[in-house]
Amino acid sequence: MTVMEQRGAYRPAPPPAWQLRTDPAPLLPDAEPYRVLGTDAARKADQELLLRLHGELVRGRRYNTQATALTKQGRLAVYPSSTGQEACEIAAALALREQDWLFPSYRDTLAAVARGLDPVAALTLLRGDWHTGYDPREYRIAPLCTPLATQLPHAVGLAHAARLKGDDVVALAMVGDGGTSEGDFHEALNFAAVWQAPVVFLVQNNGFAISVPLAKQTAAPSLAHKAVGYGMPGRLVDGNDAVAVHEVLSEAVRHAREGGGPTLIEAVTYRMEAHTNADDATRYRKDADVEAWQDHDPILLVERELTERGLLDDDRRRAVREDAEAMAADLRARMNEDPALDPMDLFTHVYAEQTGQLREQAAQLRAELDAENEPDGAGR
Amino acid sequence: MTTVAVKPATMGQALGRALRDAMADDPSVHVLGEDVGTLGGVFRVTDGLAKEFGDDRCTDTPLAEAGILGTAVGMAMYGLRPVVEMQFDAFAYPAFEQLISHVARMRNRTRGGMSLPITIRVPYGGGIGGVEHHSDSSEAYYMATPGLHVVTPATVADAYGLLRASIASDDPVVFLEPKRLYWSKADWNPDAPASVEPIGKAVVRRAGRSATLITYGPSVPVCLEAAEAARAEGWDLEVVDLRSLVPFDDETVTASVRRTGRAVVVHESGGFGGPGGEIAARVTERCFHHLEAPVLRVAGFDIPYPPPMLERHHLPGVDRILDAVARLQWEAES
Repeated sequence: MTVMEQRGAYRPAPPPAWQLRTDPAPLLPDAEPYRVLGTDAARKADQELLLRLHGELVRGRRYNTQATALTKQGRLAVYPSSTGQEACEIAAALALREQDWLFPSYRDTLAAVARGLDPVAALTLLRGDWHTGYDPREYRIAPLCTPLATQLPHAVGLAHAARLKGDDVVALAMVGDGGTSEGDFHEALNFAAVWQAPVVFLVQNNGFAISVPLAKQTAAPSLAHKAVGYGMPGRLVDGNDAVAVHEVLSEAVRHAREGGGPTLIEAVTYRMEAHTNADDATRYRKDADVEAWQDHDPILLVERELTERGLLDDDRRRAVREDAEAMAADLRARMNEDPALDPMDLFTHVYAEQTGQLREQAAQLRAELDAENEPDGAGR
Repeated sequence: MTTVAVKPATMGQALGRALRDAMADDPSVHVLGEDVGTLGGVFRVTDGLAKEFGDDRCTDTPLAEAGILGTAVGMAMYGLRPVVEMQFDAFAYPAFEQLISHVARMRNRTRGGMSLPITIRVPYGGGIGGVEHHSDSSEAYYMATPGLHVVTPATVADAYGLLRASIASDDPVVFLEPKRLYWSKADWNPDAPASVEPIGKAVVRRAGRSATLITYGPSVPVCLEAAEAARAEGWDLEVVDLRSLVPFDDETVTASVRRTGRAVVVHESGGFGGPGGEIAARVTERCFHHLEAPVLRVAGFDIPYPPPMLERHHLPGVDRILDAVARLQWEAES
């Protein structure tokens, strides 16, 4: 008999039982992205919604091509096109109510426009005349965010604050597949779940973070699976299926509004254009891959359904096209006007009250401008 | 008329009182951070707030500084006045992107449409025997970021007044709390705490004629001690407490240096690229013809903050300040 066995009478008390805090099963996303268009369920899709989505998608596509053309004319410094992703942008924005807030990334111009933002105001950042061309409170749209995922904790904080005030507000925060690797993505989802904040996170997985494919971005089964680790439901949806996106987003928004907490949604889509006009997409992907997605174009999917149901005739097509062309013509005309800029604005909005240092610098610039404007000041 | 109850209070107590009064006066003031609730903060500054105002007003957050400040941005966007705690200077670094890319420039990027009245409390500086990452003086990083106010109290009364003013400010304020002064005491009336001048005003803590010590936060008591010691050497030193690094009070500083003709800038953070370089340049630009000697700097060494058993060699003390004052006898040396 060993010494330990002789002491066998000693039995340490067992630690408190460990158990899962939440059953992960209901939080897990389905293995396949949720689809409506092209399935039997599409027959039940609301006719008005289908027609509205179609009109908005065609306008959105036209906006993308017009903005891209404006970069070639030097009117925009850069434009990150969302061609191919219009269904995510528009169907998600249309799932919000007026009191809700949108937190877009730099590629989400169309979501902001679908929410009612002036198409020109949405391009101010990219034209370069100011960082944000609108008052966020007026449209309940946060500034288009260029650093990745940093707008997600803002959405959580705003939604949390609204709930504390007893307001019926939901925040929709949009991010790309690359953004899910950032620390702010993690912190935002964790805070949202702990606080049960009324937030919906929409990841538009368009396949690439500039040139890096998803496989080099994450080893997770899907981006929607990440939700389970935070204790919120994860949903996987076909991002080119506008009806499916609208349905899943609407459900998540309703869930949040009713106090159910946040949801993480991954919309699987594809970026048909390069990252921006500064990017050469042929260096990291094949034309055949892009072509394979042509058959799954978000506008095509809606048009097939509308045609099937006899809701899309030539008159309707023409009306939708003319509406989009009118929007593009107006955008083109107004973007071709030179914005009126006042250099003194540089000092106006740094602090609520200008500091002594800024007053001195403003006086310096004022003197420089006055000298430039003097009739004989050309040589200065 | 009742007599005013003036009794000794610590800087930590005055800061806590400022938070409490701000929360009582304005329901939109919310305190959030790691350990600020049940524990009352690791320095007990937020002690009792969760009990008095509830978890929704004084919130223990997950341990994530970017998340703390990032969610505060959203709360401020919705009309609240968040006061966040970063617990220790070096723990604030994960929140730098939120601070610099969003907090500092939201007013500017929205062309005045949206301001962020966030107060970011950062216990900073050394001298308490803290281990690595607990003693940094990071004020130069904050000063270099347009859109932020940067303030730091040196007295019990200022701790209260400046924190109230920071919370009331419509701009984001980085509120640097000198850790080693948390337990410093002064006679103070907690029932009628005085307010301070608006953020951006320096104060002459000690009047003198022969040279100006320009300093702030934890170095203020050290400079006052040095000024007393310098009397034996025949020096009558003026001590200016900046209180606010941004905005910078050129007026008070310039007036003092023009009176004395000599200046030494004293701070704990490293000298190279530190606040002293900016201050010395500003003083030189404005007082060149009044100066009898170059503006000198007495700063911490340009090293990562040392381990606690060596920190006394790093921190500017009375002797190092007196050595610099001696070097101000420029005429005799040249």
